[in-house]
Amino acid sequence: MELKEKILKRLPDAGFEDAQYPTVTVEPDKLHELASMLCREEGYDFLVSLTGVDWGDSLGVVYHLARSGNPLDMIVLKTATADKEHPQLFSVTDLWETANLNEREAYGLLGINFINHPDMRRLFLNEKWKGFPLRKDYDASPENNPLSIESEPFSDKLRSLSFTTQGDIIEKEKELFGKEEYVVNIGPQHPSTHGVLHFRVSLDGELIRKVDPNLGYIHRGIEKMCESMTYPQMLHLTDRLDYLSAHINRHALCSCIEKAVEIEVSERVEYIRTMMDELQRIASHLLGWSAMCMDMGALTAFIYGMRDREKIIDIFQDTCGARLIMNYNVIGGVMYDLHPDFQKKVKEFIPYMRKIMKEYHQIFTGNVIADERMKSIGILSKEQAVSYGVTGPSGRASGFSCDVRKHRPYAAYGKIKFNEVLREEGDTFARYMVRLDEILESLNILEQLVDHIPEGPYQAKTKPIIRIPEGEYFQSVEAARGLFGVYICSKGDKSPYRLKFRSPGLSLVSIVDLISRNEKIADLIAIGGSLDYVVPDIDR
Amino acid sequence: MEVKGIYIKGVKNEEFKDTEYLQKYYVEELQQNGSNIVIGALDDLLNWGRSNSLWPLTFATSCCGIEFMCVGAARFDFARFGFEVTRSSPRQADVIVVAGTIVYKMAPVLKRLYDQMAEPKYVIAMGSCAISGGPFCESYHVAKGVQEIIPVDVFVPGCPPRPESLLYGMMQLQRKVKLDRFLESAQKSKKRRKEAVREIRENDGKLK
Ligand code: SF4
Repeated sequence: MELKEKILKRLPDAGFEDAQYPTVTVEPDKLHELASMLCREEGYDFLVSLTGVDWGDSLGVVYHLARSGNPLDMIVLKTATADKEHPQLFSVTDLWETANLNEREAYGLLGINFINHPDMRRLFLNEKWKGFPLRKDYDASPENNPLSIESEPFSDKLRSLSFTTQGDIIEKEKELFGKEEYVVNIGPQHPSTHGVLHFRVSLDGELIRKVDPNLGYIHRGIEKMCESMTYPQMLHLTDRLDYLSAHINRHALCSCIEKAVEIEVSERVEYIRTMMDELQRIASHLLGWSAMCMDMGALTAFIYGMRDREKIIDIFQDTCGARLIMNYNVIGGVMYDLHPDFQKKVKEFIPYMRKIMKEYHQIFTGNVIADERMKSIGILSKEQAVSYGVTGPSGRASGFSCDVRKHRPYAAYGKIKFNEVLREEGDTFARYMVRLDEILESLNILEQLVDHIPEGPYQAKTKPIIRIPEGEYFQSVEAARGLFGVYICSKGDKSPYRLKFRSPGLSLVSIVDLISRNEKIADLIAIGGSLDYVVPDIDR
Repeated sequence: MEVKGIYIKGVKNEEFKDTEYLQKYYVEELQQNGSNIVIGALDDLLNWGRSNSLWPLTFATSCCGIEFMCVGAARFDFARFGFEVTRSSPRQADVIVVAGTIVYKMAPVLKRLYDQMAEPKYVIAMGSCAISGGPFCESYHVAKGVQEIIPVDVFVPGCPPRPESLLYGMMQLQRKVKLDRFLESAQKSKKRRKEAVREIRENDGKLK
């Protein structure tokens, strides 16, 4: 490998591994050098995921890097520090903006300090939270952190560590908001934040100066829970992450495990999964559309969207027995075979949806008020989208071609023809339109598949206890909001050593500050609607 | 009055299964000493109005919230039963449907929302997360049920509950409201307060 030689020339003591993806291990003080070489010279400009891990005797971080031209040709960087009292690693926020929130997450859950990070506050937990939950020696007894109904003040001090010229580490503090700034709270209970998201917005008249997202109001600790569950047990948690992409998330975890233990799934299963994913995507985009329109004042659109979503839910309900949290994919296949009416209902649904889409455009898209509120508002450039790791419809609206279904086809996506919906403008309107166009694209996919579902078993035989061979695995799928990834680090046990969900939502919320600066406060709502984040997916 | 006599539009009385609680606490305890005819009749009138216009707060933390939205949308439409519109401000809402997981960081916020609502106020705990922590009860950051934070009137189990069961739960709340003795308890508490004041006076300003 050419790249390997280049790295070795620069850093002779880097360790190489040929796992699922090429993996490079370096000492913490060399990491930044390697990262900036990969980012600036080799074109690895997309940080797919950043995972903090407690390796037992050391604390480390795993970086999955990719090139924006081909988001799934990945390389993995690893580093670790043995100092568990005061773990310090170098921040890579100057290379990839998306590292900002991810490093804060690693700080909050594992206690790793990142040198040169501008804002070391805990991301999800309160500042006073005792212990670091993702560490292996975390004491989870409720006495340490009792349930309290007293509001705790937020810390507005941005702490940052940096080197002086003499080589000492110094700590600096900065206030988040100046004394003269006028700060308004939006959320956590606010109908337009799509859940419990808390923004603190600094205003100058009607214009937004700064937005500080405050996360963690629905941090459920799923990743830690997974570490003590067996693989079949933990599946149901994925449905509850981004419940609007329930099938798709679960698909990701199932196929990650299937790849790791080499279970073959039948062609029928792949077709079923693909169709379910696409139905789910339509349902999710419909809800995203309805909610966005409702936030902008069009209640009729909400009623329309929910009405049509019920048609998909009926299809799900026949086969899976549930409406929202389907629990349908299992390791090696799906839970039940398709309902006899499935094909008929899907075939009825496709023309219906095509027809009703025209109506959607009539009632909302062409509306002058809606246009004024969406066009040229909240612009995200392609470079920013890549650097912040914004994928899915929001990334594609900025021209970032990041559709996993295209770049690394999984399930039955390799066998069908479909277009990746791309736009250049990157404004609220583009995000809105990409979502609606993707519904049509999904209908095309369904049309190609629905008559050709092959016969075969719907479930492979698996052992009740599944052990994944030692190693690290990463699997990504295209969820309704972007690239959803599962990283499993296994030590050969029946439960994972570390499991991380790379959620598309965290990147989406990280750009709110960027794209809503100097827009009007009312536009923040439309921008939020067009990003269509789901908060439990952000907080996990 | 008996629980049996409560009329809920569109649903037969026999279809409500859980009545023991209402019978025991609401009917027997509240009305143990009988009630004044005028106030009782006024109460009935008030309850009729209140129970048919319980406005929920727009409040959802996670998955159950989507089902809550579905119940509000065209197909299930809780406006049919008087849950007319969801209100975004707690000060305008009568009932809070806790739809979704409540985590430690959210607990103070939920408490504050509840405190901001005007009396009389009601709480429906929707979904297993709100009842007991549900699938996340092992987690370090999830509250084991909202009753640790605010008092709950109706529990609706499920993960997520089907829209029908949420509607059933909401009607149970209506039945509960219909049994309320709002004016009467106000009067009783007035009487109780007076007695307490007299007692304090008799004891030279000292509480016993
Ligand atoms: S009860 Fe189930 S569906 Fe409802 S919030 Fe909890 S996990 Fe989600």
